[in-house]
Amino acid sequence: MFKNSINSLFLIALSGFCSSIISERAFAGGRSEPWQMWFQDAASPVMEKIIEFHNLIFVVEISIVVFVLCLMGYIILRFNAKANPEPSKTTHHTLLEVVWTAVPLLVLVVVALPSMKLLYYADKVVESEMTIKVTGNQWYWTYAYPDHGEIQFDSYMIEDKDLKEGQPRSLSVDNPVVLPSRTNIRLLFTSADVIHNWAVPSLGLKLDTVPGRINESWVHINKEGDYYGMCSELCGVRHGFMPVHIKAVPKKEFSAWVEKAKAQFSNISSGSETKVANLEKPFDKAATGILKDRKRK
Amino acid sequence: MRVGQGVAMGNNHEVHPSGWRRWLYSTNHKDIGTMYIVLSLIAAILGGSMSGIIRLELMFPELQFIQDLQFYNVMVTGHAFLMVFFVVMPAMFGGFGNWFVPLMIGAPDMAFPRMNNISFWLLAAALILLLLSAFVQGGAGTGWTVYPPLSNADYHPGPAVDFGILSLHVAGASSILGAINFIVTILNMRAPGMTIHRMPLFVWSILVTAFLLLLAIPVLAGGLTMLLTDRNFGTTFFEVAGGGDPILWQHLFWFFGHPEVYIIIIPGFGIISQVISTFSKKPVFGYLGMAYAMVFIGVVGFVVWAHHMYTVGLDADSRAYFVGATLIIAVPTGVKIFSWLATMWGGSIEFPAPMMFACGFIFLFVVGGVTGVALANSGMDLAWHDTYFVVAHFHYVMAIAAVLAIFSGYYYWIGKMSGRQYPEKLAKIHFWLFFAGVNILFFPQHFLGMAGMPRRIPDYPDSYAGWNLVSSVGAFVAGIATLLFFFIIWKTFSSGGKVQSNQWGPGATTLEWTVDSPAPFHTHEELPVTNSHMPAE
Repeated sequence: MFKNSINSLFLIALSGFCSSIISERAFAGGRSEPWQMWFQDAASPVMEKIIEFHNLIFVVEISIVVFVLCLMGYIILRFNAKANPEPSKTTHHTLLEVVWTAVPLLVLVVVALPSMKLLYYADKVVESEMTIKVTGNQWYWTYAYPDHGEIQFDSYMIEDKDLKEGQPRSLSVDNPVVLPSRTNIRLLFTSADVIHNWAVPSLGLKLDTVPGRINESWVHINKEGDYYGMCSELCGVRHGFMPVHIKAVPKKEFSAWVEKAKAQFSNISSGSETKVANLEKPFDKAATGILKDRKRK
Repeated sequence: MRVGQGVAMGNNHEVHPSGWRRWLYSTNHKDIGTMYIVLSLIAAILGGSMSGIIRLELMFPELQFIQDLQFYNVMVTGHAFLMVFFVVMPAMFGGFGNWFVPLMIGAPDMAFPRMNNISFWLLAAALILLLLSAFVQGGAGTGWTVYPPLSNADYHPGPAVDFGILSLHVAGASSILGAINFIVTILNMRAPGMTIHRMPLFVWSILVTAFLLLLAIPVLAGGLTMLLTDRNFGTTFFEVAGGGDPILWQHLFWFFGHPEVYIIIIPGFGIISQVISTFSKKPVFGYLGMAYAMVFIGVVGFVVWAHHMYTVGLDADSRAYFVGATLIIAVPTGVKIFSWLATMWGGSIEFPAPMMFACGFIFLFVVGGVTGVALANSGMDLAWHDTYFVVAHFHYVMAIAAVLAIFSGYYYWIGKMSGRQYPEKLAKIHFWLFFAGVNILFFPQHFLGMAGMPRRIPDYPDSYAGWNLVSSVGAFVAGIATLLFFFIIWKTFSSGGKVQSNQWGPGATTLEWTVDSPAPFHTHEELPVTNSHMPAE
């Protein structure tokens, strides 16, 4: 049994060690690295606060595990049948029982207060400068920019065989969602079919896209770069193959992209009427019961 | 009906049915308990193989073995259903519960022996329905959470999901009948002097579990029925197009689903308490605190369900409540951990296989417990929801901890059940192999989750390859350990030595150790009178 505790202590020490080396290295940018053991680098204020809060609870977690393991290790050495042939008959100790109920309660208060702060901070809709709408589909994302004319496009994963040099496998998409950096962006989420979840770990973003509902979140991207994520709610056979790719660019570059995108993506549908209809797809469905009709057929 | 015949039969306990009638018609709590354990072993082979297939596919990035992605999702779904409803619950609640609750409280049998029979055979039928579900028209690739719209007729046409729903319905009926039986037995059939506050903690754990089942399963049944009519009869409870709401399903499911995870682990608490007390040769420390900690966990378990739903778009104030309520559960769980350690403190501890599994259980439960405290925070779920961190957490705290508790209980009681001694050395090897295997399997999954790898995907970005390989290697070590366990079972029955009525010595103070090993077909025909916590002493 002693070996068991040594073993686990080693693992914990290892993970602590990793956290320290990882926090020291430079920003690696929007996706995970081989043998990564820690969070992806934060690129938004929400993710920074998540990591900050985690630094607190991680200490709590490790202290509890180490304390219990040391105690168990000591008990196993001190009170095994060879070391202690005569068992005691103690079955109660009121003070001790009060202490081990009260102390964890206090620890929980220490955890709960910053937890609430983080919850409300991440939830709060700050004064937003622009809005984008994310629609989940089996199995791709549709992005719309209601504040920038009628830009709307679909974003599919690039199949392995079509990957170009430098594109990460199973994360790259044909049309990344381009966003301005250092801008408060409001995000609206809905779905055209089943529940999906739009997640980008390095930005601390994760919210379900639910048919018939609009969920809201926000992001402020600190640095230009590419940020990747994956669908995080089981949505059918190609659930693992609908990645998110955010390309964060300076505001100026973003304006240039908007002009280009207006031209590029207006070709997708023939007239502006259809485009509007596309934009409203999920809500339309809800209102007119297209879904039901399809089913009855 | 002739009265005389009934009396004659009532007095003739030595004769009992043999052959297939003994099992199919069984009303004997020990035989039914044995059948539950056998069913659990069969389901464990199936559910374990499924996890093997999953780990095999995830061993390397890109798709190697599975080209049909629906098949992968069916494996993920089937693994969860089998392990939850057909491995852990039958082993602990149906198996050990049936075997040892009547023995421990000094009752001759369960209160409703025939209901006990139907409860078991319904579960066998449910298992067949579940297997049918996996093999008809692509199977159910919905995850065990069966979230609509993915699980409705648009996205899962064909009978697979319907078979799954019916399977859960039947398994649920089985559980409700079992729960009623245990509640009535424990409340009404305790031997003279066996007051509620003298019951062994294993009996307490089964009583709490039975109440959880009785209150949680009907909510699941309601939700399942609504889903069934949505799929087949044009209702729209969970369908936006008809004014329904897919999130309603999640509330119903998790109102059942969260108590369900306590249904899985609480009997494990009971087993671990008996084992630790026995091998420390000390009564359980803080008995009342231990019993009421389980009651408290059970009660609070009903008001924390939405912590599974932090990212569906719940109002921030609702999430704040669920964070607080969930964190509270750490307090009674802490009481249990500390009380187990205090039971060992001052003891004269022996370390046969059951005690080793119990110590392993404490380790896994603490690691899974602290990650649970971390996951309780809604803010953290922005990083962790639906990642491998969650997978690592619940396998530590609930799944593997429960399996260690089952192994602990198996080695503890197999002498009483079979009358034969298990091979101690092999059992210890089994412990070390399994313990190492599951830690290599699940510990790296924390890292994968931290780095952002989502659950339930058959392929992953190449950067996650390293820890996935380690994890898969751990899975195969755990798999070999499980094969060794089946070999140990065979060895026990083929060449295990006979054991005495109390094989564990002075620490084993509960009533099952007062009857012969193997326990005779009928026990406690004269009610034992007890006047302490340790009736067998």
